[in-house]
Amino acid sequence: MSDQTKIPPKRSFVQTLELDMRLLGMIAAFIIVAVAFNILTGGRFLTPRNIFNLTIQTASVGIMATGMVFVIVTRHIDLSVGAILAACSALMAMTQVRWLPEFLEIGHWAIPWIAIMVGVALGALIGAFNGWLIGYQGIPAFIVTLGGFLIWRNVGWYQTAGQTIGPLDQTFMTFGGINGTLGGPLSWALGLAAIAFVLFAIFKSRHTKATHGFSVKPMWAELTIAGIAVAAIAGFIGVLTNYAVPERVVARDPSRYGCDVAEGCNAVYGLPISVLLLIGIAAVMTVIARRTRFGRYIFATGGNPDAAELSGINTRMLTVKIFALMGALCAIAAVVASARLANHSNDLGTLDELRVIAAAVIGGTALSGGIGTIYGAILGALIMQSLQSGMAMVGVDAPLQNIVVGAVLVFAVFIDIQYRKRVGAK
Amino acid sequence: MAPLVEMKNVSIAFGGVQAVDNVSISLNPGEVVGLLGHNGAGKSTLIKMLSGAYKMDSGEIWINGKKVQINSPRDARDNAIETIYQTLALADNLDAASNLFLGRELTNAMGFVDDDRMEAETRKIMARLNPNFKKLKEPVSALSGGQRQSVAIARAVYFNAKILIMDEPTAALGVHETAMVAELIQELKKQGLGIFLISHDTREMMELCDRVAVMKNGQMVGAERVEDVTEDDILSMIILGKNPKAAA
Ligand SMILES: Nc1ncnc2c1ncn2[C@@H]1O[C@H](COP(=O)(O)OP(=O)(O)O)[C@@H](O)[C@H]1O
Ligand SMILES: [Mg+2]
Repeated sequence: MSDQTKIPPKRSFVQTLELDMRLLGMIAAFIIVAVAFNILTGGRFLTPRNIFNLTIQTASVGIMATGMVFVIVTRHIDLSVGAILAACSALMAMTQVRWLPEFLEIGHWAIPWIAIMVGVALGALIGAFNGWLIGYQGIPAFIVTLGGFLIWRNVGWYQTAGQTIGPLDQTFMTFGGINGTLGGPLSWALGLAAIAFVLFAIFKSRHTKATHGFSVKPMWAELTIAGIAVAAIAGFIGVLTNYAVPERVVARDPSRYGCDVAEGCNAVYGLPISVLLLIGIAAVMTVIARRTRFGRYIFATGGNPDAAELSGINTRMLTVKIFALMGALCAIAAVVASARLANHSNDLGTLDELRVIAAAVIGGTALSGGIGTIYGAILGALIMQSLQSGMAMVGVDAPLQNIVVGAVLVFAVFIDIQYRKRVGAK
Repeated sequence: MAPLVEMKNVSIAFGGVQAVDNVSISLNPGEVVGLLGHNGAGKSTLIKMLSGAYKMDSGEIWINGKKVQINSPRDARDNAIETIYQTLALADNLDAASNLFLGRELTNAMGFVDDDRMEAETRKIMARLNPNFKKLKEPVSALSGGQRQSVAIARAVYFNAKILIMDEPTAALGVHETAMVAELIQELKKQGLGIFLISHDTREMMELCDRVAVMKNGQMVGAERVEDVTEDDILSMIILGKNPKAAA
């Protein structure tokens, strides 16, 4: 095969690394935003504490944004995610606070898990129904989910009679962020496991490519990528395990932090469970997108629905599955969002549909279909959240905050279109 | 021996348009049957009923002497029918291997799609069909018309079709690539495939086909062995919608 014996044309540094230019662009944008706010706030933006807060504030929208990628890749839209989140949150809150305690004593271990299962089932069911209306009945997704936007939050209202429901179950609340973190040792153990896995994956893939006789990157490029990945994971864990639990918090229950007394305990928060959940979901969704038939069909249908249909793909059923998955993710996001606030209120997740769509789109998901990545959507969510928190810290008025976020959304898509024109992609 | 394919009295209408009207046609192993006719004559619609893209209103399809139901592209594939559509049915955002295996991905023991193996298989078949084909990693939107056509053809050939449908396979191609397709048709014919070929190039059809069938306004004007007719006979069938042979 002559293409392998020929001397390869001279390639740039980035090309040799086979890095995704769009990913690099987003990371650069994120770094610029973070550094700018750090300067404007006199160093308060890039503290372990603020980074910790940023990650837990991003979790809920980030979880939904991964599902929105699939929705938008297949040329649909879901305007009802915030409303589904509210409906699922209402059901989960009622289940754990009002209904289950009639049969089980308060604090029973099964309560949070039953509540979560019920909530996820509701989310998946609402989503599947949306998908059926869109796929089988041919009603545009915009209309179905615009209707859902008006319907589901108010269905939630009727479940709770408009009341705030709480306090939520103790275990349930560990999914919220500050009330559920892994601490130092466990965070590092997970970090090291992640590093081991990444290294294994990189070299396994290299080995497989070599056995098939494909050309592989030069070893130094592979090592550079591995080095960046290791540094990123270690840095992330390092920052989160540098956020110390205040002594007065430890004093409330020193045994929880493995100490007898608060003085000299040196407990740290570490990785929040909600963020671990986001990372886990992102990993699973990435595997679905790249390594399963379901994912392949999502992208094929987004690229050319007729081709997908003619290839024997049941695109209607695919639509049902995608929206059901979106609904289930809304329910998981509802767990995180309500647990963070320690109770369910009816306005939970208001405007989240816009944040989620914006995150996916800033992250490079094309509304024309067929293109999008999970990590992009999460980076998009992180950039949006950083802008919002940063402006709040600097003291920008709320109206101006919205103006900036809106402008950034349009600007991001503008840049993306220019980029695609230049590289000649569709 | 029963023909490979027999479509008997098939009809389909779209709204008020009778796109195919009571057409019968057959195909034998190792035979190339050409479909000719003006734009809108119903050629694509006829073969789309065989490929499962459309469901016929009435009529029967027999394969190897057995009556079959073809209600979806999957049914057609199960009967070893592969189709190269006029508007290339490729997902532009995916690479060649993903397109070649679309709907029939190779998977590993854990059920995950095995991109490396699919790429290796794609390299193999492309080395045979189009040795110049190099852009395996890029989305097919980055390929030329001829390269895209080779992906579509590779897809049909790879899965060991017995019946191949080619709807204007050379319409978007240059001279060199057209010759390659013609060569490939000859090779597949030798292997015993039956091929339905649609084209507007009457001369090309006279060279490649064993029989030519002419359609007009959704109806079958006639099907003749190429030895028995001249190019002019065919042109008059296309234009007048009458079969001079039948009249004689
Ligand atoms: N999906 C469809 N919906 C409505 N009309 C169609 C459809 N497909 C084909 N037709 C009509 O059927 C007739 C035959 O079209 P076609 O089979 O594409 O012709 P050909 O391939 O011979 O040029 C045309 O009048 C066309 O407009
Ligand atoms: Mg046609």
